[in-house]
Amino acid sequence: MTVDLAPKPNWFARIANPSQFLGWTRPLLWPLTILTAIAFAVGLYFAFLDSPPDYQMGDTVRIMYIHVPNAWLSQFVYGVMAVSALGSLIWRHPMADVSMKAAAPLGAVFTALALFTGSLWGRPTWGTFWEWDGRMTSTLVLFLIYLGLIALWRAFEDQLRAGRVVAVFTLIGAINIPIVKFSVDWWQTLHQPSSVITPDGPHMPGSILTPLLVMMAAFTLLFATLQLKAMHTEIRRRRLATLERQRAAMAEGAK
Amino acid sequence: MKGFFAIVGRDLRVATRIGGDALTLVLFFVMVGSIVPFAIGPDKAMLAKLAPGLTWIAAFLSILLGLDRLFRNDAEDGSLQLYKFARTPLEMVVAAKVIAHWLLTALPLIVASPVLAILLNMDMETWLRTVLSLLVGTPGLVALGAMGAAVTVSLPRGGLIAPVLILPLAIPVLIFGSSAIAGQQAVAATLFLAAISLVLLALAPFAGALALRVSEE
Amino acid sequence: MPPTTHLPARTLSVSGLALRRGERLLFDDVGFTVEPGEILLLRGPNGAGKTSLIKCLAGFLRADAGSVVVSGQGEEERWQEDVHFLGHLSAVKARLKVGENLGIWAAINGGGGSVEAALERVGLGALFNLDAGYLSAGQTRRLALARLLVSPRPIWLLDEPTSALDKAGDRLVGALIDEHLASGGLAVAATHLELQIADTGRIRMLELGA
Repeated sequence: MTVDLAPKPNWFARIANPSQFLGWTRPLLWPLTILTAIAFAVGLYFAFLDSPPDYQMGDTVRIMYIHVPNAWLSQFVYGVMAVSALGSLIWRHPMADVSMKAAAPLGAVFTALALFTGSLWGRPTWGTFWEWDGRMTSTLVLFLIYLGLIALWRAFEDQLRAGRVVAVFTLIGAINIPIVKFSVDWWQTLHQPSSVITPDGPHMPGSILTPLLVMMAAFTLLFATLQLKAMHTEIRRRRLATLERQRAAMAEGAK
Repeated sequence: MKGFFAIVGRDLRVATRIGGDALTLVLFFVMVGSIVPFAIGPDKAMLAKLAPGLTWIAAFLSILLGLDRLFRNDAEDGSLQLYKFARTPLEMVVAAKVIAHWLLTALPLIVASPVLAILLNMDMETWLRTVLSLLVGTPGLVALGAMGAAVTVSLPRGGLIAPVLILPLAIPVLIFGSSAIAGQQAVAATLFLAAISLVLLALAPFAGALALRVSEE
Repeated sequence: MPPTTHLPARTLSVSGLALRRGERLLFDDVGFTVEPGEILLLRGPNGAGKTSLIKCLAGFLRADAGSVVVSGQGEEERWQEDVHFLGHLSAVKARLKVGENLGIWAAINGGGGSVEAALERVGLGALFNLDAGYLSAGQTRRLALARLLVSPRPIWLLDEPTSALDKAGDRLVGALIDEHLASGGLAVAATHLELQIADTGRIRMLELGA
């Protein structure tokens, strides 16, 4: 029996070539940007001009159209990172590394926006800018996890080696996040009576649901556009680092 | 299995012989408890009420700060890279190190907890529940910490990054740990705490071994 | 001391191996086969890639191209358990005794060898109960060599095995490799020293960085 310790790259790996990825996806950027802009235009129109105010909260409920999509994205982006992490570990796909790294700051920003808009929304309802309720607390913990991941990326000198290590931790986080959510919900029922009105209302009639869905789609498209752009930037950043290293290696006195 | 016990024994001996710092973390634990009254006042009733949470925070900090030493020694003398050639699987090596680390960092805290109980005005029953919750919860915390230590082993100045990574994920242990001491749902909390510890203990050898493998490249 | 066990037969075949570190192409299209009883000496100036090649063989580094094949083991066996890697670091715990250090590796690596006999062979027999922290650099290196003896394995990957050793230590390394090859083992060694091996017919050379 022979054991092959260094397998040759196959077609899947060749497709992972950064230049090819750049080439294939560059034409997608402008259409995506335009689609995002249209979705936002439609969504914001519905959200601010064409939907009814909430019978309890009045016009402030409109913050929900920004808050809920951001909250959804904060979890969706982690899902994207987790899938990329699997791609990095199982198939060693170089674009998986790039995708993971690009998504992390985006996820952090969306989570921060969710916290910020949630806080603004909560002010009229709770009377304070922060309330330790289940969802806000879980979102805060998710934000800390994103920041930790970004810190981990930055702690490595060699970004190529960092990719697989960060992938392992992303997956460890993915397994633990449901546990965290469960425990925070449990903690919240322990410490707060149940009659507090939470920002996400119980049922949503169609006149509120439609603009909400449009805004969710708009924000998701925004993420897709930004993610693609961020991946292109990361590829260029790595290229730049390579060129600089080559320049140093070829200069006088390198050896 | 010989290799497993060999590693547990080795880690215990290395840490407890002269030059090891098994004592430092216990001192830190007690000190964190001691400085609390300086910060929030010595009102006995308030201290007694806050004691369960404060004890868990002190245990948290002590264990998190001790994480780096889990793999650092092996990484520095070249043992870490040799484990992949061993007959003992890397997962078992990690499991052995987690157990040794728990014996070295968490068990001394539990033994030192009476000191904290007195300083923070805990009554006997509360202290006993504290010991139980620490016994049930710290294995999970050490297991989670081992995963963080494995991920950061290749960083030269590992330092605080492992605790920073682990802390958000360890919040369930904190929640159920302190609820298991004082609270209406203490029994349920203890059961959840045990479940979480078991899940984390089961995950740690595999996730830790994976992290060590990808770090070696 | 004549070899008492015959090691299982393994062959190490490398073809088309290439490795880049940073921007430099360290080596390209490297190929060789090492049969039982043979040793491949890697030669070349510092920085030529000897250590990196050994690390590729050991599986620590992923080559950019080419393949490394270990043949001869059964279906269920891991190739890693046939390999001893001796790198720059000696993997010795200063706070444990010499005998304890070796005993732990014997337990982890298996093989059933005798700790006392291995220590005796490398000249540390009298220091069984000494704290390893008191050993000199050369003695620590000898303890690392003892690790290879206490668990017999067919493939030895050695990176500067004679570092920190004196002339007597060099001769010891030569003798150990001799015995290893006579038992049917094979070795790849990166060293710029002249290894003193009795049967020079078994030696092959590979020059890197030429």
